[in-house]
Amino acid sequence: MEELVKVIANALVDNPEAVQVSRQEEEDKIIIELRVAPEDMGKVIGKQGRIARAIRTVVRASATREQKKVIVDIVD
Amino acid sequence: MNSVEISARTVEEALEIALQKLNLTEEEVKIKILEEPSKGFLGILGQKMAKIKVTPNIDPLALTKEFLEEITQLMGLNVDMEVLADNEYIKINFVGKKLGILIGRRGDTLDALQYLTNLVVNKYNYQSGSNSERIKIILDVEGYRQRREETLTKLAYKMAKKVQQTGRKVVFEPMNPQERRIIHTALQDEEFVQTISEGVDPFRRVIIKKV
Repeated sequence: MEELVKVIANALVDNPEAVQVSRQEEEDKIIIELRVAPEDMGKVIGKQGRIARAIRTVVRASATREQKKVIVDIVD
Repeated sequence: MNSVEISARTVEEALEIALQKLNLTEEEVKIKILEEPSKGFLGILGQKMAKIKVTPNIDPLALTKEFLEEITQLMGLNVDMEVLADNEYIKINFVGKKLGILIGRRGDTLDALQYLTNLVVNKYNYQSGSNSERIKIILDVEGYRQRREETLTKLAYKMAKKVQQTGRKVVFEPMNPQERRIIHTALQDEEFVQTISEGVDPFRRVIIKKV
């Protein structure tokens, strides 16, 4: 799932080399943290968070087989 | 995929360096001049270098397929893509087994992936500043959109009839703009009912009322 977030983020931003994805596993959820270059924040969030929402929708669909809830966090 | 910015004494020289760096020919790139060179006074004062930005041409179809192949594979799906493309549209119909998760609830996942693919493929066009070259990508799964349109059209007629008979309005579930348009279009020539949309996305919904 980290890889999926990474591929999508890489394709959206201008500075793919700055894209970092990490995964934290908690009891009832998996948290995927996405970091991008400051000037690329808009490219992964979008107006009113539309892009972030689309990324989350796709990742969540791919995680339906997981028992845990998957959260994609965009960190600055 | 990435563009390069090169400064040199002349535009030609900068272009040559850029092409060498990208390992491409002039036909395979877009060139944007950021700064014109100037020789300055007597070739000494105020000399300015030429600066250009060179971006490789993107084949939208190849990029679309590559991106979607990677995504679907990472989602653990085994899909084939039927491609229909011209200069303005790329239509991709995914075929395969167990593609329900690619559609999602009322097409949520499919819409999200379609939105992301449009952004990714058009990113390079935006950068070069030519909106005219924007290409629209439409994704479908086993004809899902087509079937959904037929279902919504049928539902629209049925509800319009109900409104006409009872005189009471019918409020639909929230839908995305494309789906709302299907309802509006289906009923635009009906004399006894009218359709309006109310609310704010993503909760905006269609209402059928008696005229």
